[in-house]
Formats: sequence, C-alpha cells, structure tokens
Amino acid sequence: MERVVDPLAAGKPSALRTQSETIGFLIMVAALVIAPFVTYPLFLMQAMCFALFACAFNLLIGYVGLLSFGHALYFGWASYLSAYAAKSWGLTPELAILTGTATAAVCGLVAGSLAIRRQGIYFSMITLALAQMMFFFALQAKFTGGEDGIQAVPRGHLFGLIDLKNDMVMYVVVLAIFLAGFGFIHRIIHSPFGEVLKAIRENESRAISLGYKTDRYKLMAFVLSATLAGVAGATKAIVLQLASLTDVNWPMSGEVVLMTLVGGLGTIFGPVVGAFVILVMQFKLAPIGEWVLVIQGVIFVACVLLFRRGVVGEIANKLRIRL
Amino acid sequence: MFEIFGIPSQALFGQLLIGLINGSFYALLSLGLAVIFGMLNIINFSHGAQYMMGAFAAYLILLYTGLGYWPALIIAPVLVGITGIIVERLFLQWLYKLDHLYGLLLTFGLALIFEGVARNYFGSAGLPYTVPESLQGGRNLGFMFLPNYRAWVIAASLGVCIATWFVIERTRLGAYLRAATENPTLVRAFGINVPRMITLTYGFGVALAAFAGVMAAPIYNVSPQMGSELIIVVFAVVVIGGMGSILGAIITGFGLGVIEGLTKVFFPEASNTVIFVIMAIVLLVRPAGLFGRRA
Repeated sequence: MERVVDPLAAGKPSALRTQSETIGFLIMVAALVIAPFVTYPLFLMQAMCFALFACAFNLLIGYVGLLSFGHALYFGWASYLSAYAAKSWGLTPELAILTGTATAAVCGLVAGSLAIRRQGIYFSMITLALAQMMFFFALQAKFTGGEDGIQAVPRGHLFGLIDLKNDMVMYVVVLAIFLAGFGFIHRIIHSPFGEVLKAIRENESRAISLGYKTDRYKLMAFVLSATLAGVAGATKAIVLQLASLTDVNWPMSGEVVLMTLVGGLGTIFGPVVGAFVILVMQFKLAPIGEWVLVIQGVIFVACVLLFRRGVVGEIANKLRIRL
Repeated sequence: MFEIFGIPSQALFGQLLIGLINGSFYALLSLGLAVIFGMLNIINFSHGAQYMMGAFAAYLILLYTGLGYWPALIIAPVLVGITGIIVERLFLQWLYKLDHLYGLLLTFGLALIFEGVARNYFGSAGLPYTVPESLQGGRNLGFMFLPNYRAWVIAASLGVCIATWFVIERTRLGAYLRAATENPTLVRAFGINVPRMITLTYGFGVALAAFAGVMAAPIYNVSPQMGSELIIVVFAVVVIGGMGSILGAIITGFGLGVIEGLTKVFFPEASNTVIFVIMAIVLLVRPAGLFGRRA
C-alpha cells in the first residue's frame, strides 16, 4: 500500500508531533462540547458512535494494514445484544453496553482467528463472508425481531441512578465513552505493541524474522478493533433506542470503510472527520433517495484515484505535521 | 414417485437442480474473478453489479429493439464487456502499482454506482423476463420434471467454463496470458502488448459476468440488487477454491451449489449460511483453499 510518508521520521524534534496531536485533540474536544448547543444532540451522538466505529476500523487498516470488509458484524451484533439486554433483561445501560461489547469481542476472536489464516485480499473476502453469515443468523434468529429489529429500547438509568431520557445527559455519557475509546486507541497506537503492529504493516516477513509472532499481534489487534466497534454499536443502540438489520448488513461495513477513507487511513483524527462528513452528507442528501448510493460510490472512486490520504491526511501532509 | 431418506424424489431432485443452477452462476462468476485477479491483481468487487448489468442489458434490448433472448445472449455480454474495457482504461489502470486493497475499494465504489443508478431508474422490485419460446416447457424424467430452460443453463455454463479453461490452459493465447501473469516485464520484452492484454482480459471477465446475468434473467427476476448478495457468496466460493486454478474454480462452484441445494432439502434453515460455514471449515483444515497454492 502507498503509505503516507511520515514527515517527522527524518529526525525532527518529537515535541512537534505530540504538540500537533494535542492541539488537534483539544480542538476536537472543544468542538464536541460546544456542538450540542448549536445543532441536534441526537445527530451528534449518532455521529460520535460512528466516529468511534471508524476509529476502531482504522486501527486495523491504518496501523496493521488489514482491510476488514465485515466490521458491521461487531457493530451490529453488539447493538442487538445491548438492545436486548436493556429491553428484555432490564439491565442498566452501562451493563447493556458491556454485554454488547463482550459479544463483539467474542465474535472478533472467532472471526479474527479464521481470517488471519489468509493474507491480503483473501483476508478482506473472508471477513466479508463471515459478516454475511452472521447477517443471516440475525435475520433468522427470534430475539433480533427480524425485519422489525428491536425497537423502543429503554435508555434506563446509568448505574441505576442517572436518568438518560434527557438528550443532554445522554450526550455527556456518549461524549465520555467516545473520548475514552478514542484515548484508548491513541494509547494502543503509541505503545510498543502499536509499534509492532506498524512493523507488521510495513513488512510482515521482516517482523517475523525479528522474532515477533505476527499472527498473535494481528489477532490481538483484530479483537481490540472488533471490541471497540462493539462499544460503538452497543452505545448506538441505547442512544437511538433501536437495533436493526441495517447495522449488521454489508452496506454498513462499506460505510465504515468509506468514512475512514474520506478522513484519512492511518491518521488519528481522520476517521472522526470522515464519520462526521459522511453522516452530514447522508443527512443533507436524504431527500434525493437512492442517489446517495451513487454519490457514495463516486466518493469511493474519487478517494482511491485522487485523494488517497483523505482530508486529514492531506492537511497533515501540507502542514508537515502528524494528525 | 419414490422417496429417498423420507424425502420425495421430486423435492430432492428439484433442489438438486436448483443447486446445479446456482452452482453454474457461482462457477461462471468465480471463474471471471479468478481470470481478472490473475492478470490485474485486483479483486473485482463490481463483478456482481456487472452480472446485474448483463441482465438489465438483456431486458433493455428486448424493450427497445425487440430482440429476444438469443441475440441478447451475445449482444449484452459484448456491451457490458465494452463498459468493462472503459472502466479499466479510465480507472483500474492507475492502480496496478498500488496495494491490492485499493482495487477492491475502487471496484466496490463502482458497484455502488452501478447498483444505485439501476435502483434509481428501475426501482427495487424485480422486472420479469420470459423464458425464450424455444426453451419453454420441459420433460418428465420419471423421477423428476426437468424444465428445458434450466437444463440449457447448466449445459451452457458448463460449456463456457470448459471453453475458457481450454483457451487459457491449452492455446497459444492462453500461454501468453499465463506467462504475463507470472512475469509481465519479460513477456513485454518478447514484444507482446501486455497492457492491451490486461484490458481485454478485464473486458472478457466482465463479459462472462454479464453472460451469467443474461442467463439468470428468466430464472430470477431482473433486479438492481441481484448481484450484490451473490458476489459475497462468490467471494466465499473463491476463498474455498483458491484462485490459483481455473478448473478448481469450476469444480468448487458447481460443488457448492449442489451442497447448498441439498441443505435446502435436509436442513432449510442453514441453506443461506452453509457455504460460509464450509468456508470456515476449509480455513481451519486447509488454509490455502482446496485448490490453492501456498503464497
């Protein structure tokens, strides 16, 4: 894959790197704190869930070089289990989200250990096929409600105490979850473990020859990515009070790829920007119906041919900083 | 009528026949994917959409020119193949030096465009396409009723598959193709126009998908989303068979179609997922695929 060349690799002071990321982070937090007073909180919460989903996906494609085309599996199934736990078992929202997340982690472990048995393009096809299989299970299983999905999921009381019915209260919780997930991914990327992942991305054979058990690293990264996608899906089910087949079907897997690609593969802020861009676009273009699909396709083609660094990647490249 | 394992023979052989029909499409499509991947190093995600385009081309040819099934069987693949050549020249040729993943992403985008345009003009409901007059009716084989058209589909796709295998494995042109797959630079040095060969290979693979689409039109309805779910199953077929061998793709395609048909008889709930389950098992037992070579 054509890599975004790290402009700082040539021995410039690393202070600049941490600074640009810190400044970017502060801008993002400030924007997310102000935003609910300017626009719809419900839309923003949904966007943050998708942003976390895209960040989780980016952990695989951007830092290990693995293109999973089946991330709807983890997002969608976490969403189902979280909705079911909140509605039918009456669990509190934090436990419901944990249930969904654990489901995604287990699915990630099983699917990941199968998919990493093949390389490159086959990896993508296997993840897609497994996700499609789990889509059919969701379609046939009783508890998912088939075409109806699980509707009217109660938001409940956080820790049994705080009522989440109010959108602003819910917003604070979603913001906290998003920032925690984002921070966790940032930590993974900059840890020694993350450095090994990047080494695998650049040259897997070489990483193996240096004694790293790359399969274990890949599996670990896969499970982490699936789990975080699960957090996003589970939270989304509580926020929108709905889990449906849309979340688990293949176009959802494509959408998260598109978000990450638009924002910038392998950049920290790219998936967040991409998720917001794509959701705003869908929101604005909803009246024109099926043309949205065509426009998404055109964006895919344009990104791949002209714009491989994505929005954030291009900015970082122009300013010669890392974002 | 008689029974096998408590299943009426009519039902069993009926599903077996449907399995063989599905298998024909799996074989034709996975063959096209393998041929394209061999030359272009790109997994053609728009393959399903191009199959759909073949069916729509047949439908539109009938609507606007009145030409029926038999002319459409030739014209539609040629037309769709030409769009494939345009796609290769406009888009794909810039990707060969990049990672495989970009080819997958770009063709996925193309699939969305094709499907979206079709949905805009024709809606999501299926459009009917009638069986050609010469193939209407069927014959009673004693243990089952065999519609003529279905027999034709199986025979025709088997024929096309074998012809493709023959051209690639046994002719001079096929030898060039295989050589260019192994080492394009060296083949170019011998004075063979490899870029043109790549373009035509893509056009041919796409035409193969469109051919399958025309044959599918009278069996399934012609609808914009007919390709997108099929292509995911075909991906699983390709993972099971491995793309190293042409004959492997054909055998895997037909075999999995039959297994899927039998599952419909004995365990209908699993018929949607059986191919994916087989894929998982094959990955556990033979990670390189049944006919694959270890990379």
